[in-house]
Amino acid sequence: MQAFARLLDALSFQPARNAKLRLIEAYLRETPDPDRGWALAALTGGLDFAAAKPALLRSFGHEKIGEELFHLSYDYVGDLAETLALIWETKPDAGPPPSLGEVVETLQRATKMQTPAILKRWLDELDATGRWALLKLLTGALRVGVSARLAKQAVANIGSQPVAEVEEVWHGLSAPYRPLFDWLTADGPKPASNMGGAFLSPMLANPIDRAEIDTLDPAHFRAEWKWDGIRVQVASLGGVKRLFSRAGEDVSGAFPDIVEAIDFEGVFDGELLVRRDEAVAPFNDLQQRLNRKTVTPKMLKEHPAHVRLYDVLWLDGEDLRALSFDERRTRLEAWMAEKPRPRFDISPLVRFADWAHLATLREEMRQDGIEGLMLKRGDAPYLAGRPKGPWFKWKRDPMLADCVMMYAQRGHGKRSSFYSDYTFGAWRETAEGKRELAPVGKAYFGFTDEELRWLDKWVRDHTTNRFGPVREVEQQLVLEVAFDGVARSTRHKSGVSLRFPRINRIRTDKPAAEADTVDTLLHLVP
Amino acid sequence: MAVNRAVITHGHGDHARPGHRSALATPETLAIMRTRFQDMPDTTQQPLKYGDTVTMGDVSVSLVPAGHILGSAQAVLEHKGQRIVVSGDYKRRPDATCPPFEPVPCDVFITEATFALPVFHHPSDAGEIGKLLRSLETFPERTHLVGVYALGKCQRVIKLLRAAGYDKRIWLHGALASLCKLYEANGVELGDTALISDAILETFKGQIVLCPPSAIADRWSRRFADPIAAMASGWMGVRARARQRGAELPLIISDHADWSELTQTLKDVGAPKVWVTHGREEALVAYARSIGIDGEALHLGGREEEDES
Ligand SMILES: [Zn+2]
Ligand SMILES: [Zn+2]
Repeated sequence: MQAFARLLDALSFQPARNAKLRLIEAYLRETPDPDRGWALAALTGGLDFAAAKPALLRSFGHEKIGEELFHLSYDYVGDLAETLALIWETKPDAGPPPSLGEVVETLQRATKMQTPAILKRWLDELDATGRWALLKLLTGALRVGVSARLAKQAVANIGSQPVAEVEEVWHGLSAPYRPLFDWLTADGPKPASNMGGAFLSPMLANPIDRAEIDTLDPAHFRAEWKWDGIRVQVASLGGVKRLFSRAGEDVSGAFPDIVEAIDFEGVFDGELLVRRDEAVAPFNDLQQRLNRKTVTPKMLKEHPAHVRLYDVLWLDGEDLRALSFDERRTRLEAWMAEKPRPRFDISPLVRFADWAHLATLREEMRQDGIEGLMLKRGDAPYLAGRPKGPWFKWKRDPMLADCVMMYAQRGHGKRSSFYSDYTFGAWRETAEGKRELAPVGKAYFGFTDEELRWLDKWVRDHTTNRFGPVREVEQQLVLEVAFDGVARSTRHKSGVSLRFPRINRIRTDKPAAEADTVDTLLHLVP
Repeated sequence: MAVNRAVITHGHGDHARPGHRSALATPETLAIMRTRFQDMPDTTQQPLKYGDTVTMGDVSVSLVPAGHILGSAQAVLEHKGQRIVVSGDYKRRPDATCPPFEPVPCDVFITEATFALPVFHHPSDAGEIGKLLRSLETFPERTHLVGVYALGKCQRVIKLLRAAGYDKRIWLHGALASLCKLYEANGVELGDTALISDAILETFKGQIVLCPPSAIADRWSRRFADPIAAMASGWMGVRARARQRGAELPLIISDHADWSELTQTLKDVGAPKVWVTHGREEALVAYARSIGIDGEALHLGGREEEDES
């Protein structure tokens, strides 16, 4: 538990992805089974204990140092689990601290009545970092900025395997993943992949622009609309039906309506959408479904989910990935024609004569829910990863707005001495008729290194206020912000939120007063 | 606030000010003050060694080690059989750069309270230095920038690294140079150190560089490729504080007493009356009262929040 706690502690302060990977790899190499397997389960979201409620933690705290001191402490720290971890002291005569495996196995057996006493013993034995990690684990609040995908990448790295290989066997395994580690770190055999029901690493597209497209032969390519939803994989085998995100996370729980509609066996690639009255609803509607762990009947009714399929990887026990796109497409269409398949349809091919024709179609298509076009080579097999050449995404030109920089924050890692994260705002009128800036988004990329140095200096020279790592700046600098969409938002004070905003240009030529208004942005909401 | 006769416990900026007519302090503290305040030509300096006594009117004054930094002392004042001890800043754990705190039984104890909350239990120094050395192993190509206060923390961290067997060169920001030299002149050996500005053809990959905390966020740090920002301070024990300071590798190394050291000290000096100042008075006053000590918060001027902890 102590080693795992040190890992979590280091991860929680380390913002850079590569550094996180290195930390996890070092831990997985140095830690014996089954602890590292349980750690992997914890990092991939596969350990779910709700063994300790806030009320229990608070009562422990009161018991330990009295209500007044505990209150002062909690007030200062601001986090209940951390407060308890800090005020509790390691007992000098306590036994050795528990291993992670011991913690997990004990909790799996312990009754609710036994848990508090066990927990107290562990708190006596662990150090402050160990107590913090334990309490975070038990309250289900383990957030250290590591995605399941990143943890799997780290496991793959210690065995020098591509992450796709790990993804392929992942869902046939369970914690503490002994066969996986045997395979990756000893001479064990590769675990069997539960074919057909397993997550298969998806094929990804490279971005392309008009100039580059002209170098390609249009006869080789098929075009589909690029839907503004969530890429998913529908996998079904032997009664096990799952919906995976692009990163291999099992999202079945949030979409029972889709899972229920699966009455076939195979693995399909498609776009998850909310579809209302035959039309694709805005991305925001889908987001509302994604944000819930459990779905209410009302949600199911008002935000019905739908999968628009564009590829088939396995069908009735047969791996189709080596076939060409055209052959797979024929199989997919034939399968769809077999019978009605509620909640599923096929993304139609966009017919075009040449690139100029396709460019026109792309320009004219301003329909909701379409982000641009996908171009796929007709003769290409389905390849995991992001191979160069067979698949391209040709996004619709972004929307632009002129906003004013309001705050700047220091970045992380290499950028930690630069003010590289910018909050920008648009104008609006207050109830008293005064004009003020309301924040509409935050962006931390889109600029060159040289522009970053310029922006950093500008921030330092125009600071009006400091709050920790954040600086408030004079409301003077206009930033042209590019984004992919606008939605109404209750989280933002301005009432709008921009999708995927980035800094497109620095507009030193434009006076701040002439920047865009919140109203203009609201008009862009579909 | 400049006064006629000042008794100075130690050289930190919130305790030692220039401009007094005369200043009584340990010889080490006076040396530190001369380094910081351009030799203080207008101040009469009265060195008083640990354990020696002087009389000022009908008050006798002596200085006793406080274990905080080089030269740090508690002021022990006696008047008609009454003894008052002013702790200054102190800690109870060993520190290779200064003699350890000595508890002096007294009638009134005026204690500091920088870390006077039960959440502050500073872990072992060796364990924290171990974190730094482990990070060097995991990231052998990255420069490890360690933010330290120039007086005390800097030299203590170097000594802790040496005690852990780290004998490579330790690089210093220019602002740390003069005080390191002064420590060495006072018998605190720091091993192989060098100034960043003296480096030629050095990439600092996998090296330890000490600098003032503010330098990490400063343009100065851009000369290092992909640095890791470590920060050595007692505040690093609380995650939100560590994050606020931008630490990627927080090292909980403090020159102040933590909660258990503070409460233990109240018991050790056995004073029936305790005045709490310089920090979070409320919790320690509450604790003192709960064990039957007449505790009271004493608000003194001139304190700068968290400058050298
Ligand atoms: Zn001090
Ligand atoms: Zn102080």
